Amino acid sequence: MTQEATGLGDATYAELREIAARYPEARSGLLPMLHLVQSVEGRVTPEGIEACADILGLSTADVSGVATFYTMYKRRPVGDYHVGVCTNTLCAVMGGDAIFERLKEHLDVGNDETTADGKVTLEHVECNAACDYAPVMMVNWEFMDNMTPQSATQLVDDLREGKEVRSTRGPRIATWREIERVLAGFPDDRVDEGPGAGPASLVGLEIAREQGWTAPAGEASGTTGSPADSAAESAALADTGRAESETRQEEGHDDA
Amino acid sequence: MPDTLTPVLTSDWAEDQSWKLATYERGGGYRALRKALAMAPDDIITAVKDSGLRGRGGAGFPTGMKWGFIPQDNPKPKYLVVNADESEPGTCKDIPLMMATPHTLVEGAIISSFAIRANTAFIYVRGEVVHVIRRVQAAVAEAYAAGHLGKDIHGSGYDLDVVVHAGAGAYICGEETALLEGLEGRRGQPRLRPPFPAVAGLYASPTVINNVESIASVPSIIGNGADWFASMGTEKSKGFGIFSLSGHVAKPGQYEAPLGITLRTLIELAGGMRQGHELKFWTPGGSSTPILTGEHLDVPLDFEAVGAAGSMLGTRALQIFDDTTCVVRAVLRWTEFYKHESCGKCTPCREGTWWLVQTLTNLEKGVGREEDLDILLDQCDNILGRAFCALGDGATSPISSSIQYFRNEYLQHLSEGGCPFDPVASTLFAVEGVR
Repeated sequence: MTQEATGLGDATYAELREIAARYPEARSGLLPMLHLVQSVEGRVTPEGIEACADILGLSTADVSGVATFYTMYKRRPVGDYHVGVCTNTLCAVMGGDAIFERLKEHLDVGNDETTADGKVTLEHVECNAACDYAPVMMVNWEFMDNMTPQSATQLVDDLREGKEVRSTRGPRIATWREIERVLAGFPDDRVDEGPGAGPASLVGLEIAREQGWTAPAGEASGTTGSPADSAAESAALADTGRAESETRQEEGHDDA
Repeated sequence: MPDTLTPVLTSDWAEDQSWKLATYERGGGYRALRKALAMAPDDIITAVKDSGLRGRGGAGFPTGMKWGFIPQDNPKPKYLVVNADESEPGTCKDIPLMMATPHTLVEGAIISSFAIRANTAFIYVRGEVVHVIRRVQAAVAEAYAAGHLGKDIHGSGYDLDVVVHAGAGAYICGEETALLEGLEGRRGQPRLRPPFPAVAGLYASPTVINNVESIASVPSIIGNGADWFASMGTEKSKGFGIFSLSGHVAKPGQYEAPLGITLRTLIELAGGMRQGHELKFWTPGGSSTPILTGEHLDVPLDFEAVGAAGSMLGTRALQIFDDTTCVVRAVLRWTEFYKHESCGKCTPCREGTWWLVQTLTNLEKGVGREEDLDILLDQCDNILGRAFCALGDGATSPISSSIQYFRNEYLQHLSEGGCPFDPVASTLFAVEGVR
């Protein structure tokens, strides 16, 4: 199989080789390589499979076997926005089933289908590790927390109209292909967008701060302590939003 | 007696730019690494053994003992693999940890690798969480730039490379040998054991595979001492853990507490059940752990007590369901999940989960006879202990436990010819002022 036999350009070939070179054994690169194929081709294409097989010295059957095992690899073209609705038990019960039904109707598509304009692919997904934010949706694998049928239809309308949409935890939503590139190990510029944690992630910490509860003091007090250990700051943390803005103000003073 | 909640891993999650190296170091981060690099690797293993830390990914195997199984006379390279494939339904602790404070994990991975004498470590993050992957990628890059990773770390002569690896959607890759298959670029199907990964893991070399929370706990143990860690928790379940409350409580979220806290206390902290409703059933550690009910509110949430109550501590994924929830619907959905995620390698799981779904689907529609419950339990009996890995076992947990506690509700579906519950009543948006 020669390089010319595929539709992938030299730059992609070079990046596929770069991925394989990250690992002590090149084949370990196959999963991220397939993510890169999807970012270039919009799906796992026969050409992409050939390229991976060529670089790794595998048969195309071997690579196909891997590509068909994992649910994130798609054989049909995916829209600009992959919209996942968690319908595993907890999210389903909390409203995921109702959201998924509403979106199928609203977008006039079934599961794993793409809207006629090529914008949105709808899929029900399994537990995405954000159960304290149920019901959860994922847009291009960014979290959309505490959704309702109404907020879900608004979300897909905004996506289709090309409005800027942000994850409820901060980052701007990129296209599916752009995200596949990040998963292949080529970072984008969005790492610093959004907070460290969403509100549900912090509820226990906030209660501990209000009550003055801490882990016992250890040999290295610094390890368990945080930069905001004083009583005043603890009180402020009861209102995270306020604490954050105050922190920013403080830092502003330091700079001045 | 430690406080009710003991934030250690979660203590810095609210900091401004908590994911940055500068923030982490300001809070004392990477001090434990310098301390560790001055220790003999075996002393680090001993400290982790003495702390009593048990695996936080669900199984609860002693972490230090796992490290001690690595044959140091084996000439092959040693590897550390961090299992960041958090996918067990209800489990949602590693993902927020890596998003908020990825350096805790990176520092833990460096210390752990040094202890087992690995020069390459991998962080296998499930692919479906891109912002988490960004944060971990950036943390590793920052750690290299600061000299915490790479060649001759802080003049110690120790070299370590860390590779962040994104998975591609497969629950089974949370199983450690299936994860290794995925990391080797293959279909994620579990391997026969023995040989165990400690002897022949990644690339048939000695490999330690640990959960994110286990590895992230290591810096605090090295920094504060094994006794400090062991001063929290219960006799055989030492230390703290993140308890994830989800579902029908007023304030779902992450609560970091000594092992042994009860669900009663946690629900009180979470503001109680949502207004006007009562607890019906819950999972102590994800959908693969048998469900429990209101009679288990005072069971100490540690490995032993939850086991004695007929379930497993698992990942402390406390999914809480109130009286509006149909248990048959809940169990059917979990069973559909196991059917979807069965890797297909072994017959009891591949075929059995399909049979379970068929039988349950009928029951949920009110089609069938009371004897079908016995058929269902018989199907479970043919899977439990006969499947290749724990996925098949896990698939039977919700079924057999729900029939144990809610047999009458199954029968009610049959007598009424359908589900007696209104699914709208259980949703977040059914009642105003739920949150």
